Amino acid sequence: MCVGRTKGKRRRVITNKYIAKSPAIAARLLGGEMMVMSAVDSTFFTLNEVATAIWLAADGGTTLAEIVDRKVCQEFDVDREEAERDADQFVNELSQHGILLVSDQPIVNLPAPPEMQ
Amino acid sequence: MTTASPMAASETVSIEIGGMAIALRTPDAAFRQLLENRYAGFVGASSSSHFEFDIDLYAPSDSTAADEDVQVRMEGTEWLLQRGDFHARWNFHTGRGHIRQSHNPYAIDSVLRIVHTLILARQGGFLVHAASAIRGGRAFLFAGVSGAGKTTISRLAPPDAMLLTDEISYVKRQGDEFWACGTPFAGELARVGENRSAPISALFFLEKGPENRIEPVGAAEAVRRLLRNILFFADDSELVKLVFQSACEFASLVPVHRLVFVPDQRVWEIIR
Repeated sequence: MCVGRTKGKRRRVITNKYIAKSPAIAARLLGGEMMVMSAVDSTFFTLNEVATAIWLAADGGTTLAEIVDRKVCQEFDVDREEAERDADQFVNELSQHGILLVSDQPIVNLPAPPEMQ
Repeated sequence: MTTASPMAASETVSIEIGGMAIALRTPDAAFRQLLENRYAGFVGASSSSHFEFDIDLYAPSDSTAADEDVQVRMEGTEWLLQRGDFHARWNFHTGRGHIRQSHNPYAIDSVLRIVHTLILARQGGFLVHAASAIRGGRAFLFAGVSGAGKTTISRLAPPDAMLLTDEISYVKRQGDEFWACGTPFAGELARVGENRSAPISALFFLEKGPENRIEPVGAAEAVRRLLRNILFFADDSELVKLVFQSACEFASLVPVHRLVFVPDQRVWEIIR
């Protein structure tokens, strides 16, 4: 369950950006851990549970804010603002390596993610 | 993959590693002799080669050429492999290729390693910086960067252990198992491995320490460390994805441990 720190109107720390998995990655869930590697620069990440939830929900048609609401706040006992900050940091880091694609608009017509092929 | 057409046998040396034969053709008798000596135990019949390369030799103009970065990429329908001391082109589908290199044996050694990484990537296998040995019909891999102990663990191997390599292990997928095959790619031990193969029983990441002990390694950590030790040179994202999946498959099927060891023969008592 997500708990907001501030009363009244909630302040979002993340914008309504859309995120999608890049086709230029390889990913695999092994031993309960999601591993993701850039096929471009071979950068390797092991994702924790929350990051894995965001990763799996990154379909290009759902905003990060919605993902945090539905997949993080409803499934993990985490403060909303903290969850949003962590999600934003996670997305920024993976997007810098080309692993996640980020856009202000829905991201469509991408090849199927590798782990679903 | 196709089987390449037979070359003039008298000018050809066929080198078979992991069951994959690569025929090297050169009119230079001295270089053929160098190949036969260097790859003794892995030289086979050229008529059954899977791939063929013609070699043109030239006198090196720069002794530091082998220190340059290697480049491996597709150009049209061919792979381009180049470093300061060699320039090679290879068509995977026709099985034919051409190498222009100095007399330096390290050049042909590098070309062979690169070609095998490209072949193995499509077959679910890989070359990895690891010593390997067969004992009791099962293979054991000992991985680590330079200085981790690959040569040391190889030198300490008991008489009933058959050394496959002290430097570069050849790992290939066979059904639901991974097998280790001997390679002629020697490290500090300067000894060609045995041309044998066996299913892999375990992979150990080496670490010298005050006592002998084996510690478990989690799946993600195993994959991360394995990827760090896999040889792969090609600038090709699709093959990189295949190598990643092969590493994951390996970690899901083969027990992976950390082996902390004192450099004496007792370490082999705990390797099972």
